[in-house]
Amino acid sequence: MSLRSPLGRIKGLGIAHEGVGHWWAHRLGSLALVPLTIWFVASVVSLAGADYFTMREWMGSPVVAGLLIMLIVACFHHAAISLSVVIEDYVHHEAAKIASLIAVKAVTMVLALIGVLAVLSVLFGN
Amino acid sequence: MVEFTLPRNSRVTGGKTHAAPAGATKVRNFKVYRWNPDKGENPSLDTYEVDLDTCGPMVLDALIKIKDEIDPTLTFRRSCREGVCGSCAMNIDGANTLACTKFIDEVSGDIKVYPLPHMAVVKDLVPDLTQAYAQYTSIEPWLKATTPAPETERLQSQEEREKLDGLWECILCFSCSTSCPSYWWNGDRFLGPAILLQTYRWIVDSRDEATGERLDALEDPFRMFKCHTIMNCTQTCPKSLNPAKAIGELKKLLVLRTV
Repeated sequence: MSLRSPLGRIKGLGIAHEGVGHWWAHRLGSLALVPLTIWFVASVVSLAGADYFTMREWMGSPVVAGLLIMLIVACFHHAAISLSVVIEDYVHHEAAKIASLIAVKAVTMVLALIGVLAVLSVLFGN
Repeated sequence: MVEFTLPRNSRVTGGKTHAAPAGATKVRNFKVYRWNPDKGENPSLDTYEVDLDTCGPMVLDALIKIKDEIDPTLTFRRSCREGVCGSCAMNIDGANTLACTKFIDEVSGDIKVYPLPHMAVVKDLVPDLTQAYAQYTSIEPWLKATTPAPETERLQSQEEREKLDGLWECILCFSCSTSCPSYWWNGDRFLGPAILLQTYRWIVDSRDEATGERLDALEDPFRMFKCHTIMNCTQTCPKSLNPAKAIGELKKLLVLRTV
């Protein structure tokens, strides 16, 4: 039982002074993913049946590699923020919440890094 | 985790049935949530058979008739009976609204009446609004200005005054906040649509000089940004206001001052 006043409880730990950046980045990321995803799907469909060398040649162009990196970064950034929001909403056990928030950040960062490095290794011909 | 089922001591059991008097001509069943903190029992859903031929047209009329003529232990808040005080907000036929402005005829079948969802219950249909009122206090809902008060009123142009339309009408019944899943899951940190609409009401008031500090108070992942634009608030508002739009405007203002 707490005898703290209702106002004291509501004010809690105060204002975090962040949140706008996340929200804005989430919206911009969604916006960027619309053309990038359409471009990616259209490209993959047009390359259906192409052999390994054709694919490497396609990915080896700086424009394509640049767009792919943007797609990968936007995609995992968007996933990281979206999953964090779901965890904040539904997981209320403090330790489990913090652990899953860190796990989501770590997994999405590693996956994004692997994707970006794969594109770069094709671009630079290794 | 968030609790998707009611705790064992909150599960609603079947309740008593109060039959209509002999000779009743137009009977409708009202199934009303009952819980008495003094009894130590689970809540129940009592059935009251009400003769609508001797009852007013609104759900509140029926509740008052039940309390007067059938069961004086039924507890609910009410005052103005015309949709301006916000006291009789409750969940009727699955949606939060005011019992005094909800026509009985609008509901088909049994009329189910519960307290506002996901709030602690004081008794029967009376929710505990302590937290919601504290949240209202926390936004300092009064005009703040450092410019000394003029001899007469602080003036506003007609256009400036029009910006308050759709905001000043809010009666703080909390139908919107208690319909919002974000408020259910994080009501201790998320302010909820009613309070955010009130925050916007002061931010958009041309006479108020505390816009910056009011926006500062929203710069937080929870206080406002837990709104995911679900729009239950706008759907359920018994005064047909649009809290979701007010929250959208607040988000826009916060972005605008950074770009």
